[in-house]
Amino acid sequence: MINKVVADADEAVRDIPDQAVLMLGGFGLCGIPENAIAALLRKGVKGLTCISNNAGVDDFGIGLMLKTRQVKKMISSYVGENAEFERQLLSGELEVELIPQGTLAERVRAGGAGIPAFFTPAGVGTEVAAGKETRDFDGKTYLMERWLRADFSLVKAWKGDTAGNLIYRGTARNFNPMMAAAGKVTIAEVEELVPVGQLDPNDIHTPGIYVHRIFQGRGYEKRIEQRTTRKS
Amino acid sequence: MLDKIGIAKRIAREVRDGMYINLGIGIPTLVANYIPSSINVVLQSENGLLGIGPFPTEAEVDPDLINAGKQTITMMPGSALFSSAESFAMIRSGKVDLTILGAMEVSEQGDIANWKVPGKMVKGMGGAMDLVASAKHIIVAMQHCSKDGASKLLPSCTLPITGLRCVKRIVSDMAVVDILPGGGFKLLERAPGVTVDDIKKATAGKLIVEGEIPEMTL
Repeated sequence: MINKVVADADEAVRDIPDQAVLMLGGFGLCGIPENAIAALLRKGVKGLTCISNNAGVDDFGIGLMLKTRQVKKMISSYVGENAEFERQLLSGELEVELIPQGTLAERVRAGGAGIPAFFTPAGVGTEVAAGKETRDFDGKTYLMERWLRADFSLVKAWKGDTAGNLIYRGTARNFNPMMAAAGKVTIAEVEELVPVGQLDPNDIHTPGIYVHRIFQGRGYEKRIEQRTTRKS
Repeated sequence: MLDKIGIAKRIAREVRDGMYINLGIGIPTLVANYIPSSINVVLQSENGLLGIGPFPTEAEVDPDLINAGKQTITMMPGSALFSSAESFAMIRSGKVDLTILGAMEVSEQGDIANWKVPGKMVKGMGGAMDLVASAKHIIVAMQHCSKDGASKLLPSCTLPITGLRCVKRIVSDMAVVDILPGGGFKLLERAPGVTVDDIKKATAGKLIVEGEIPEMTL
């Protein structure tokens, strides 16, 4: 089997240049590539375009890279929980493209599936449709949306093997599988890295063909945004 | 007039056995608390889960299990997990029977505005545009009027649109109304203590009143 293992996050992101287009998995702070983000902070790479459903919070996730002004543009569906984000947006330092969440997921999926465009009903008649082709199918109007692809995709999985096969856990799967497929170079970090043969092939969510580099992450914080509990 | 819990209780009466349901953030999330235990439904979370369970106990909290509002949750027996692409595939293809969401404005044509207020920081539409464009049945939970008394049920929306001609029913603090296929708000029920006249005054769009309008039961 091909061995995709790199030593750590710093080695994994070593060649990400300024102005790179990145995809980062996660929904809110759930399933985000914590270690790769920390390595990008250390590396200090700038002018990044980040495709990610959300933009983290002020002191965690992509929010950390906003604070250090490493992000030029965000492509997201919802960016609500971040004061520094708001400041940079209002001052014009940060460019933002907002995309309906299902359209974002499908544009990334299309990018990883070799499909340059597709038609969706989401956004018809809204400002999202501005400048886009529409077409009627069976009496309903649809909007043409293009694929999204990235120079580097940074994904987070629960378990992975040295061949790059990945298994996600819970709702931490979210955008990670599509982003893994849509990166020219895909970097996966996992909580548990095992030798080939230890994962049941029936259980694999992302086949190793999509993953170029894999490493075992360290010190996962897995921060919770809205800790909501019941008494008993 | 209904409070938020009253609106949630009234919407819970729309829920039928066997439905797959997506609940938006806010009042719609409360609806889950008032669905009778005799009715079996499956709640969909657009971040990749069918079968949302109750909030966890402190000991059950799992950072890998959240709902679309980023709250910690549990899973019901029989749950299924999937990616965001698959989640919106089942939404787009009409597999989700009922979508309940909030709105800032609804027009008498069924257009909905709920994602952007000019002059305020734009946070994004999240999954709202996908949901309203594809759901088989959409119920909107909303206040009939703004805090300064302006109607939110309008001839046409003034705020940026989330989706066109998609809302079928509104449950507000004052009334239950249906949006007719040819346009217009058809009054079905009054909230306790609210008169038809009150609702007429509070509805800027075309209100259709036929016969006696019953008071709603919760």
